[in-house]
Amino acid sequence: MASTLQEQFDTEAQQKDASTLGMWIFLITEVMFFGGMFTAYTVYRRAYSDAFAVASSSLNVTIGAINTAVLLVSSFTMVMAVRAAQLGQRRTLILFLVATLIFGGIFLGVKAYEWNEKFEQHHVPGPSFHLEGVPQQSHAQLFFSLYFAMTGLHALHMVIGVGIISWLIWLARQGRFTAEYNTPVDIAGLYWHFVDIIWIFLFPLLYLIDRHLPK
Amino acid sequence: MITAAVPEREDYLNVSHGLKSWLLTKDHKRIGLLYLATITLFFFLGGVFATVIRIELLTPGGGLVSSETYNKLFTMHGVTMIFFFLLPSIPAVFGNFFLPMMIGARDLAFPRINLLSWYLLVVGGLFALFAMLAGGVDTGWTFYTPYSTTYSNTWVIATALGIFVAGFSSILTGLNFIVTIHRMRAPGMTWFRMPLFVWAHYATALIQVLGTPVLAVTIVLVFCERVFHIGIFDPALGGDPVLFQHLFWFYSHPAVYIMILPAMGVVSELVSTFSRKAIFGYRIVAFSSVAIAVLGFLVWGHHMFVSGQSLFAGMAFSFLSYFVAIPSAIKVFNWTATLYKGSISYATPMLYAFGFIGLFTMGGLTGLFVAALGIDVHVTDTYFVVAHFHYIMVGGAIMGYMGGLHYWWPKMTGRMYPEGWAKLSALVIFLGFNLTFFPQFILGYLGMPRRYHTYPAEFQILHVLSTAGASVLAVGYAIPMIYFAWSLRYGKVAGANPWGATGLEWKTASPPPLHNFDKIPVVTHDAYDYSTVVGEAVEVG
Ligand code: HEM
Ligand SMILES: [Cu+2]
Repeated sequence: MASTLQEQFDTEAQQKDASTLGMWIFLITEVMFFGGMFTAYTVYRRAYSDAFAVASSSLNVTIGAINTAVLLVSSFTMVMAVRAAQLGQRRTLILFLVATLIFGGIFLGVKAYEWNEKFEQHHVPGPSFHLEGVPQQSHAQLFFSLYFAMTGLHALHMVIGVGIISWLIWLARQGRFTAEYNTPVDIAGLYWHFVDIIWIFLFPLLYLIDRHLPK
Repeated sequence: MITAAVPEREDYLNVSHGLKSWLLTKDHKRIGLLYLATITLFFFLGGVFATVIRIELLTPGGGLVSSETYNKLFTMHGVTMIFFFLLPSIPAVFGNFFLPMMIGARDLAFPRINLLSWYLLVVGGLFALFAMLAGGVDTGWTFYTPYSTTYSNTWVIATALGIFVAGFSSILTGLNFIVTIHRMRAPGMTWFRMPLFVWAHYATALIQVLGTPVLAVTIVLVFCERVFHIGIFDPALGGDPVLFQHLFWFYSHPAVYIMILPAMGVVSELVSTFSRKAIFGYRIVAFSSVAIAVLGFLVWGHHMFVSGQSLFAGMAFSFLSYFVAIPSAIKVFNWTATLYKGSISYATPMLYAFGFIGLFTMGGLTGLFVAALGIDVHVTDTYFVVAHFHYIMVGGAIMGYMGGLHYWWPKMTGRMYPEGWAKLSALVIFLGFNLTFFPQFILGYLGMPRRYHTYPAEFQILHVLSTAGASVLAVGYAIPMIYFAWSLRYGKVAGANPWGATGLEWKTASPPPLHNFDKIPVVTHDAYDYSTVVGEAVEVG
């Protein structure tokens, strides 16, 4: 088999360590990236809490919850894929990667449905925007601007993740992963879980918080 | 160890030929040179803008260019110099080239990502260049909202996209450095045996990785607001322009340390090498780099004293700003203490190191002036601030860059530069710099606002002095361009260690072989242990 060791490294272990650390650092940059948006959200939620409460309760919690479940299951299948890769089980690996891909696809499909709903309800920021029960429409618009920016950015990360997993499936079918060499599956797993976790924060912040407030 | 460049010896420059072997290279040394060429072009471009600005300011009435054009000129000067020259400068050129060598590695951990980061800088630069050629941009390098998102009719989006892309270049460089320092050190190269240049780059990389993504998301939001009118920052739509300033400075204050920390790393190498002494208080200097990186994240609000942030916030940011000055001052004291009883030689790199120490101190001290809430309300948005940051960025960072360029030139090319000309130009640069920027402190203190091209007639003398200084400075920068090019062919052949320095980069041939070392070194000494180089030639006095 062709060597998978790149010339700047001495050992496979060093190479794997380096790749994993690299991915962790990349994820930290992602935290900072999303952090900017979370900051903006926090500032405006505090400034316009009434409008945000009304806007937040107009979101469809059931759909949000279903999507949360879908993502959690996809994380599970991803873990199983990583494990299969470590054990060198090629067929199981492909199976779980395909499952992860499907759940990722479902999430994106549901998200697209949800966004489409917003267009029909005139909840998309723009000239035709309208939300019942909010005196200052621009404040409610701000909620939806942030909603689209944050969920959009998250969805973009999902799309990239789907691309990565498709690529892994292609590699796995060629038999490129073994019990000794499976770093790409490992670090793709890290990325996938991270994108999940972002959603785990988005869901309560956008959908759940403030629901108890009177309209 | 005699490794003078015997013609047939294979090194990283002659191991392969042709444009493709450069554009697809994964060798950190070649990538460093690609960066060197790229940022030199941007430095030239930024210099052209500066020249027009200074000529315009010769007369109080304006006249050479319109106000609109003037706004574009200072914006494009700032954007080019900061994002496409100074931020990449030392890390991307010398960090790339020497960080792996200094820790005894064959390359960075991720060579392909390294090449990608160069392409990102080029693509980002092309976006910005396109914007400049298509009509320019006039928001200032700070892109304050809502002007940038709503009112400006210039090429904001193209420029911002360019900065966004170049930002990822910076992020990937930082990521690569951190992983390399953690995972690629040669046997025996413990953390506290690493040269201070490496420590400085570790700290820099932390800022690149933690700060730059915030700039990126800020640009995304500006983009959304300008294109979709969504109102995150525009008060007319319910947004808050001060939030933009917070996000922008959360990156851009730490970013000033991306520019200065690497230069500090260079100066540590230079001061040690040319006084043949270990840096006094090595550990403290190492930690002070990390301290600067951490504290640098806590002071961004000192750019917003007059923005309407609360008085309490203003006081807190003012107070915290004084803390950042402590680790910076520690470095200055320790370099000075290193000189004490050293055997100092006044080679060109050392002249630049002296220049750095003096001018950075001036910049840092005036930083304390502007960090004081009461004084800043008087001098903010005047030439005083312009002078402050030019003392640090040009007097400090670029001096460090020039010092590094002279110091490592023999290693990178295998040739010495002409020492006499180099000393002359170092002197010209020092004089030209001070003549350009010292008058600006006075101008600012007297009330000359920044970013205006007309001014009261009584300021003219100081402006003329400044423009005269800028001409001298331009000559000072032009001379090295000529003699460096000349030296590639006619320079004296450099040995492996022309300065008698201690770093591992000097323990291999000049220019180095493809994978840096014939055999990976085993490190048994601290950094700056001059007993390891006894008997090696010191060629310059
Ligand atoms: C010694 C620590 C430093 C302190 C306490 C300090 C303080 C300040 C303060 C308070 C301002 C805002 C002034 C105003 O706008 O009214 C300022 C501006 C600035 N400083 Fe510093 N500074 C320090 C070091 C540096 C360094 C190391 C750099 C760059 C390498 C730098 C670059 C800048 C720049 C670019 C600006 C102006 C930004 C703009 O408004 O366009 N400073 N500094
Ligand atoms: Cu600052």
